[in-house]
Amino acid sequence: MAENKGVVILAETLDGKLSPAALELLGGGRGLADELGEELSAVIMGSGIAGLAQDAIAYGADRVYTVDDPLLKDYQTETYVPVMEKVVKEASPNIVLMGQTAIGRDLVPRLAFRLEAGASMDCIRLEIDPETKLLKQTRAVYGGNALATYVSEVKPQMATVRAKVMDALPRDDSRKGEVVTIDAGLDPSKIRTKFIEKVKEEVVGIKLEDADVVVSGGRGMGDAEGFKELEKLAGVLRAAVGSSRPPCDQGWVPASMQVGLTGKIVSPTLYIAVGISGAAQHISGMSGSKNIVAINKDAEANIFKVAHYGVVGDWKKILPPFTEKVKELLG
Amino acid sequence: MIVCAKQIQDPEAPPATFKVDPAANKVIPPAGVEPVISPFDEQAEEAALRIKDAQGGTIKVISMGLEMKRTVVLKSLSMGADELYLIEDPALAGLASFSTAYALAAAIKKIGEFDVIFCGRQAADWDAGQVGSGIAEILGIPSVTVAKKVDAVDGRIRVERVVADGYEVIEVETPCLITVSNELGEPRYPTMKGIMAAKKKPTTVWSAQDIGVDPSKLQARTKLLKLFVEERVGKCEMMEGETIEEAAANLALRLREVKVI
Ligand SMILES: Cc1cc2nc3c(=O)[nH]c(=O)nc-3n(C[C@H](O)[C@H](O)[C@H](O)COP(=O)(O)OP(=O)(O)OC[C@H]3O[C@@H](n4cnc5c(N)ncnc54)[C@H](O)[C@@H]3O)c2cc1C
Repeated sequence: MAENKGVVILAETLDGKLSPAALELLGGGRGLADELGEELSAVIMGSGIAGLAQDAIAYGADRVYTVDDPLLKDYQTETYVPVMEKVVKEASPNIVLMGQTAIGRDLVPRLAFRLEAGASMDCIRLEIDPETKLLKQTRAVYGGNALATYVSEVKPQMATVRAKVMDALPRDDSRKGEVVTIDAGLDPSKIRTKFIEKVKEEVVGIKLEDADVVVSGGRGMGDAEGFKELEKLAGVLRAAVGSSRPPCDQGWVPASMQVGLTGKIVSPTLYIAVGISGAAQHISGMSGSKNIVAINKDAEANIFKVAHYGVVGDWKKILPPFTEKVKELLG
Repeated sequence: MIVCAKQIQDPEAPPATFKVDPAANKVIPPAGVEPVISPFDEQAEEAALRIKDAQGGTIKVISMGLEMKRTVVLKSLSMGADELYLIEDPALAGLASFSTAYALAAAIKKIGEFDVIFCGRQAADWDAGQVGSGIAEILGIPSVTVAKKVDAVDGRIRVERVVADGYEVIEVETPCLITVSNELGEPRYPTMKGIMAAKKKPTTVWSAQDIGVDPSKLQARTKLLKLFVEERVGKCEMMEGETIEEAAANLALRLREVKVI
């Protein structure tokens, strides 16, 4: 078997472009590859995606494997795993990275078991050990209460990476790279699943993941009505509205608004947590925020351990004058 | 139907009770906090129970661990499952995802025929999210992960799979494996009748040998170097005021002052 060399990332696409997660992986993968003195390859698969190869090169790839096949239009474990297996066998990489996305979290474990390799999911730090040259993979465990660092001596070393952990590089169209076309070689009769449809749950207003300001409510909001007050503040701040898990579970707000370990990962300039106690699983999703404000009636709430600014009290008394004052200051 | 359910320390215990022993790379279980079944695994059983309610069938639950509290693991039977298999063997304690999946797959093979295996999307202790897909890969069956709704339709399984901006509808052939997420909804509480009935349902205890697993052959693919708690250094500036309304206004002024708004 060939020596395992190089870093391979899966570059996912979104609305016909490379996804933000793909650009982050290209940037972070570039750094790791440089440290090892190895090459960075990107894999782009889907239907009608060949044109994106140059973008991946401009964002850091030395080589791009494109797999263009109508059967790859929508993600299915049954089609993506064998194709990725084929590409990885061809590339024989040292490291394989994907985003902790709906695709990466499904694909990586299955591929790792198929290749009998190890994988770490949802990593928040990836470093090359200066001595062993192995990839040190750090991830949150126990809901974010602790961190664990792993290495794998089996190659390829595989991991998924949490959103916003790596930084994209600025686009540089003068970069050169090689494009390798790979045939998916799928046998439709062997695909045991059928993709029926995708149902989008539209969220009005600004997208959580992209927002510069996020205003989130927790169980302390009391009911769906409570979120109206948050929306007023969000309107003034041009913020997206998020939530801890209980309001989603209770149906006060859609599930897509959940911030945290099993929800969205956000890192805005300003995160305002209202009626949220600060469980590790919630903090996992927002601790990267630059400024954290907590409003909670319990002075001992854990959220004040991560917050930079806090007000202790009932949000019903705090939000209206706060929103008023912000409006005045911004007006 | 088969459900894999793991007993873990309560993931929603107050964060202040959480402690690790960094020398041993182990979590110290908080004193006086009752263990629970990993919440996603309860939702996995709930998914199976909903199919049983609609179409019938039997549910066998497998739990692997050490010193499992009977009151905790028996909950799956009181919720409505039909049989419980406990794999308790010190040689199989604290296995990483890779070996756990092998041991569970071996137990499933021993149980025999099934249509659907349900697992939680991830165990709420190590949060790895690999075992379900691993079992499916070892058994060579299709998998669909992070389900919020699962129905049996004309001999196939129809799954709504959660993605960032909504969900996808996927149909999968049986036998298959589905991992379940909290969007499925609250698992049912055991009824008094269910608790009584559980006492009469069969529980089987297996060792590694019983399921034909040689623990010395189960080699983890990843090695845990370090388990640690990162201290948070930041300190929170509390807003004060004569009245609560004034404190609220002061928060706005302060955010303006530091140019955050
Ligand atoms: C495996 C797993 C994954 C999870 N994933 C996530 C996740 O992704 N995201 C997530 O958020 N959670 C997640 N959770 C749940 C998490 O453990 C907590 O249960 C949840 O975050 C608590 O939400 P909360 O803070 O809104 O509610 P609570 O913990 O109930 O806190 C409510 C807070 O509101 C305050 N309050 C009440 N009334 C008022 C008032 N009038 N004014 C001001 N303050 C008030 C209270 O003092 C309290 O601090 C997960 C749990 C598990 C087990």
